[in-house]
Amino acid sequence: MSLITVMQQIASGFGATLLIFFCTLLFSMPLGVIVALGRMSKFKPLSLVIQGIISVLRGTPLMLQLIVVFYGPYYAFGIKLSTNWRLYATLIGFSINYAAYFAEIFRAGIQSIPVGQTEAATVLGYTKVQTFLKIIFPQMIKRTIPPVTNEVITLVKDTSLSFVLAYQEMFTYAKQVSAAMSSLMPLFVAGVFYYIFNLVVTIVMDRIEKALSYYN
Amino acid sequence: MSLFEIKNVSKSFGDLKVLNDITVSVDKGEVVAIIGPSGSGKSTLLRCATMLETMDSGELIYHGEKAAANDAEGKAVYASNAELRKIKSYFGLVFQQFNLFPHYDVLKNLCDAPIHVQKRNKTEVVKEAMALIAKMGLEGKEHYYPQQLSGGQQQRVAIARALCMNPDILFFDEPTSALDPELTGEILKVIRQLAQEHMTMVIVTHEMAFARDVADRVIFMDGGYIVEEGRPEDVITNPTEERTKRFLARFAENG
Ligand SMILES: Nc1ncnc2c1ncn2[C@@H]1O[C@H](COP(=O)(O)OP(=O)(O)O)[C@@H](O)[C@H]1O
Ligand SMILES: [Mg+2]
Repeated sequence: MSLITVMQQIASGFGATLLIFFCTLLFSMPLGVIVALGRMSKFKPLSLVIQGIISVLRGTPLMLQLIVVFYGPYYAFGIKLSTNWRLYATLIGFSINYAAYFAEIFRAGIQSIPVGQTEAATVLGYTKVQTFLKIIFPQMIKRTIPPVTNEVITLVKDTSLSFVLAYQEMFTYAKQVSAAMSSLMPLFVAGVFYYIFNLVVTIVMDRIEKALSYYN
Repeated sequence: MSLFEIKNVSKSFGDLKVLNDITVSVDKGEVVAIIGPSGSGKSTLLRCATMLETMDSGELIYHGEKAAANDAEGKAVYASNAELRKIKSYFGLVFQQFNLFPHYDVLKNLCDAPIHVQKRNKTEVVKEAMALIAKMGLEGKEHYYPQQLSGGQQQRVAIARALCMNPDILFFDEPTSALDPELTGEILKVIRQLAQEHMTMVIVTHEMAFARDVADRVIFMDGGYIVEEGRPEDVITNPTEERTKRFLARFAENG
């Protein structure tokens, strides 16, 4: 098999990798904000439950979580797993896991904003929702760009974990081709793909950071 | 009827009683200065008045409208959110640390709340904000971000932001304490001008000469109590209470 064919085969899984990547960001970031707010709730039981869930999600392997999400409905309820479930389980597993990480980042970001910001907004008559959306949230985004960038870079690499559910993304293809050829070359090619993907991610995050640097 | 009244406020943080049965009322056009050693409860009193802190017991009244009153057990109970929202529009607060919104430029710091909280007409608000910016000596700075301004300029923006809400009474919590000494003058000048325009103000300050000049009435607080209250020439120049004398003497020594 020529290098070109190998690249074509691996690239055919790249769309699936992108799908996991973007869907995970799309679901986990808003979910992370909500979870962070729940985690900071003055209602202690809620805050404690969320703290416990976050702790488990961050303290156990993502691969294990993916398997649990995938087989859970079958073992728990005897539900027959459909073919689409591979993708859905992958997206659910990734989104929940990353939401836990983002929640902790967002919580730290919100708590790092001086309390005077909320107090000034309160005296000016902003509602709690207005204060969060107009004053706290934009400042939180700016403050959390560096740790969020780290997570996004990790996510690019973590998408390869979907192979445990045999979801056909780039890494799954690379492994199959590698096995068929008895060669490591396809894995190196996949490595280059991930690396370039992350270069692009870094550039994009850098742009966002620059765009937000109009204030300190 | 007084514009602002806070009656028999008590407030504790844990076991620490910070305000002991304090009563203050302010008439329209009056300028009241609050002085006292650090930790005496001055900020807590302003924070109770502006509802950043809830009173344990006491009454809070603006224009005769009760924001809070005691229940049968003597515990402060606050009015409904809708009523509190209305009452909040009667006052403004200028913080020691300015607390400007760093992601908004000067103009937006001034205009955002009038437009989105008070739902006023945008064109009018911008016009009024530009006039306030000029009045504060900040012409041409409307599109600067707070970080690009000196501390004194930031505090003038904060005063303008409070004024842009058209409050009936303005509270200041040590408005010059975070500033380098050479910058305090510009803030005091602005407050003095507001006093001449008969803006109702309550000012917590360590600037004794300024308090004597500008205030109609001075309140000396210590240990969560009002120790002495009266005309500035009495309280600052000829205090009767021993504690007031000691406080002022310490001040005179330190310059
Ligand atoms: N949020 C708080 N929690 C606990 N103690 C507080 C809090 N705020 C103020 N205090 C205490 O209350 C006392 C009065 O504080 P404050 O009102 O800030 O005094 P001042 O403004 O006169 O310096 C101080 O002993 C201070 O430590
Ligand atoms: Mg204070």
